[in-house]
Amino acid sequence: MSTEIIYTVISLTAIGIIAAVVIYFVSKKFAVQEDPRISNVESVLPNTNCGGCGHPGCHAFAVAVVNAGDLSSLHCPVGGNSVMKRVADILGVQAVEKDPYIAVVRCSGSFEHRKKTSVYNGTSSCKIEANLYSGDTGCAYGCLGHGDCVDVCDFDAMYIDEKTGLPVIVEDKCTACNACVNECPKDILELWPKGKKNQRVYVACLNEEKGSTARKECAVACSGCSKCFESCRYDAISMVNNLAHIDPDKCKLCMECVGTCDVHNIITANVTPEKLQQGDEQRLKHEERARKKREAEKLAAQQSNNEPPQA
Amino acid sequence: MSLHKHKTFSIGGVHPDENKLSAHTPITPLELPKMVIIPITQHIGAPAKIIVQRGDAVKAGQIIATHEGFVSSNIHSSVSGKVGIIEEVMDSTGFKHTAISIRVKGDEWVENIDRTDTLIEEVALSPKEIVARIMESGVVGMGGAAFPSHVKLSVPEGKHVDHLIINGVECEPFLTADHRLMVEKPKEIIVGVKILMKALGVDKAIIGIEDNKADAIEIFENLLVTEPGISVEALEVQYPQGGEKQLIQALLNREVPSGGLPSDVGVIVHNVGTTYAIYQAVQKNIPLVERVVTVTGKSVKQPSNFLVRIGTPVIDVLIAAGGVPEDTGKIVSGGPMMGKAIADLDVPVAKGTSGILLIPKEDSMREEVYNCVHCGKCIEACPMGLEPYRLLLLAKKGNHSRAKEEHIIDCIECGSCSFVCPSNRPILDYIRLGKTQLKKQKKP
Amino acid sequence: MSAGLLTVSPSPHIHSELTVPQIMRAVIIAMVPAFLLAIYNFGLGAVYLTALSVFFCVAIEYLIARYLLNKSASIYDGSAVITGVLLAFNVPSNLPWYIILIGSMVSIGIGKMSFGGLGNNPFNPALVGRVFLLLSFPVQMTSWPIAKATLSLDAITSATPLGIFKEGLRAGESVQALMTKMPSYADFFFGTQSGSLGEMSTFALLIGLAYMLYKKIITWHIPVSMLVTVFVITGIFWLIDPSKYATPLFHILTGGVMLGAVFMATDYVTSPFTHRGMLIFGFGIGLLTVLIRLFGSYPEGVSFAILIMNAVVPFINRFAKEPRYGAKRAKDKELETVMH
Repeated sequence: MSTEIIYTVISLTAIGIIAAVVIYFVSKKFAVQEDPRISNVESVLPNTNCGGCGHPGCHAFAVAVVNAGDLSSLHCPVGGNSVMKRVADILGVQAVEKDPYIAVVRCSGSFEHRKKTSVYNGTSSCKIEANLYSGDTGCAYGCLGHGDCVDVCDFDAMYIDEKTGLPVIVEDKCTACNACVNECPKDILELWPKGKKNQRVYVACLNEEKGSTARKECAVACSGCSKCFESCRYDAISMVNNLAHIDPDKCKLCMECVGTCDVHNIITANVTPEKLQQGDEQRLKHEERARKKREAEKLAAQQSNNEPPQA
Repeated sequence: MSLHKHKTFSIGGVHPDENKLSAHTPITPLELPKMVIIPITQHIGAPAKIIVQRGDAVKAGQIIATHEGFVSSNIHSSVSGKVGIIEEVMDSTGFKHTAISIRVKGDEWVENIDRTDTLIEEVALSPKEIVARIMESGVVGMGGAAFPSHVKLSVPEGKHVDHLIINGVECEPFLTADHRLMVEKPKEIIVGVKILMKALGVDKAIIGIEDNKADAIEIFENLLVTEPGISVEALEVQYPQGGEKQLIQALLNREVPSGGLPSDVGVIVHNVGTTYAIYQAVQKNIPLVERVVTVTGKSVKQPSNFLVRIGTPVIDVLIAAGGVPEDTGKIVSGGPMMGKAIADLDVPVAKGTSGILLIPKEDSMREEVYNCVHCGKCIEACPMGLEPYRLLLLAKKGNHSRAKEEHIIDCIECGSCSFVCPSNRPILDYIRLGKTQLKKQKKP
Repeated sequence: MSAGLLTVSPSPHIHSELTVPQIMRAVIIAMVPAFLLAIYNFGLGAVYLTALSVFFCVAIEYLIARYLLNKSASIYDGSAVITGVLLAFNVPSNLPWYIILIGSMVSIGIGKMSFGGLGNNPFNPALVGRVFLLLSFPVQMTSWPIAKATLSLDAITSATPLGIFKEGLRAGESVQALMTKMPSYADFFFGTQSGSLGEMSTFALLIGLAYMLYKKIITWHIPVSMLVTVFVITGIFWLIDPSKYATPLFHILTGGVMLGAVFMATDYVTSPFTHRGMLIFGFGIGLLTVLIRLFGSYPEGVSFAILIMNAVVPFINRFAKEPRYGAKRAKDKELETVMH
């Protein structure tokens, strides 16, 4: 009995050793020569293979970085500037700082604001519903709420709020990898600069219908009233197709436009109530000044008109 | 019915309950609605260009939007009255498209239109003139796809067409519009066939009719005794026999190559409804402004076949059929297998609307979905010989290149796979998605 | 006017009558004749064992789905019932309750739920359990009660005809001599041999097959291809040397060939999708069964043959495709372009 056990142990050990030797030689013989910097770069990358950089995975990105030598057009949104700095150190090139981005949800049409006009009974997928018809609410531009975006998020940075039926971005987790932006058939999600002190301001609506129609479809739709447009002193707001849009590059985060919106659909992130109030006061001040200026001009015009034309 | 087994197509196919409730209800003209809404995209191809303005007075049969390019179609006013608002409205596709609304006043027609019932048998126009007249009259395929008919008649250089097939199959359950047309207007349809034969320069035409329409088959058999070039062929009932490719295989045993057209195998297929519209356009100068629409469903009070002016809101048609029953859960524009569910009742009847089907609440919801049990019934059912279960998985994963290798583009979206799936899997939902995404990928 | 909103969904808007629970129900009905015969042969023991097996299978599936996978219970589709009945059909009727419990756990737990439940299992769950039991409890699994011996659970046991046959051949007896010890073909056909619960009567199983074919639950491809293969190959050997090899009819009528062909190999999940694939699959099972029976150490090989072919199914699915519309012509065209 004991000899049997000994034979078994010896033979198994022998097989193990032979296999190990074979594997060792094979791996040596058939080793693929690769630029060692590629694996160095790869080791500092997040290795989530999310595709946010536009490459199929972290390895492909590492290859691209090493081959390019110049980092101006390559950026890992997940790792951000700190990782890119380390990559630059490895390659001995200048790191290029990029502003961090975050995804924002550009629809506020919650269940409460946007009444259903039909019952959708197909597969629970935004893409399939969008392929079938304009959606189960009146608004053809709004979020469909099946959470295709949540399904593709690799970072657990999204969830569907059950009360509103809209996706919510978890600020700390979102890496701006662009996966949800690509997935959304209605283009509700958009990458937005994270902003100074993480402050952001944007219009959460994409409805391009005329004002009255848009409001019929959704209680908080942008009607294109242009009030915010008029209040902006930095030319950051544009009105295209009955829809206001804030250009994040021009926006100075003065928060003066926020209070002008009838339906409170200019959304802010990480802005204190004090700052909002300050913005309102500023706006009122500017409006007051503008009104006075107009009155003065009017008066001046009247006076010049009143002067009897004397030849 | 004869004793020998009738022809049918050989790959796949399913047998849904026929439910031809309105098969014996004669076609009755629908009362003119108060207002019509005429979308400018009722066909495959470029939207027509609007040439009227708000406030213009129009007559029935007058062109209100002209075709943009060759693959497009003229749109005519279907009523006389005043042009109202021109805006984007929801149509039967489920999306908003620009449409012209016309407030109806009287029923005045454009002068050179012959509205009498007299049959004009002699085809006076030359082949070129026939195609031009069909194009002018805005005739499109009336089986559902709404492909401009003049494009089909313009056979590309180098292709030889030897057969014309007239599609009188109407394989969709419930629908009877084509059936009634064949029973009531067979002589006109035969003249239409002759017009098409002249335009194409072919001397053989087959009218394919499923054997559940024995009365239509008999009528044509009797009338065609004196017509050597035209024959009628009874076909065994099987869905989707009305698909062009399936019908060609059933009648002539020819298979249209993947990505090809019927003309690649020497065949042109036209629907009987289209053939009748072509007769009207060529012989009577009546543009396509009205069509037969079946209103049907298990709880509909009077399942009917109406002659409806294009642009009539669905609700007006439904009221004529006894109103919308209380238990209606879903309204489908078209048949139950390929039709589109509509979300509201103001959707207008378009050139491709063959029927309006009301589905009761208890039948309108999908049932619980189970895992795929690998039964292979979708493969057995697929008339294109594809593997729908695999296409579902590939489309779901977004593996478009593999889906393409598995010929996802060949899918004719007949719905047989979803129909038979015992696990109620939404196979066609995903295949359709995969096709759309593959097409999108190709474009940019 | 109708009250409420209209439903919108992609086409098709109608569905065939046949759904998974109905299919499962039809399969269960198809197993009734074989079950009735088992009761006739083995008495209440058969009822007891089948009930136990079904109960264990359903309970284990429920517990796993509910508490391990956190899914809504999937037991209502009836597939666990089928696994339970098939497991019972594949074992001797005097099996102790704890062995059937272990078998159910292996069948459902390892054979099915560990892959994600119905539709995901590569191997036939009942057979996974059966083979596990056969390897773990060889004695209990091969002592078969004699049919109609008694109504009590402690029936007198004996080997199956196939077992007797194999042993006899090993001992050097001729086929002709062995056949005299056997019941008649009619007995095989109507089922009074000794063996597992459900494999007794070819007749009862054929009724089940006919019912499933009539209800369009399965197609003829797998059973016919498997039975024809067994018949032809054993027939060839029999023609070569009738003194060493039994008649093809003997092979078809005894053991688990019929049960396997009707209920085990035709399991949707573990068989190929296409008809062509099914023909290959049935042929493979037939071939392996005969090889194991004639040259292997076990008297019976249907379970192993089916499990081995289950493993090949993904490859069969990949290559055995149905003819595609327009494919023939495309090929002709390719040829044309090559020739020009």
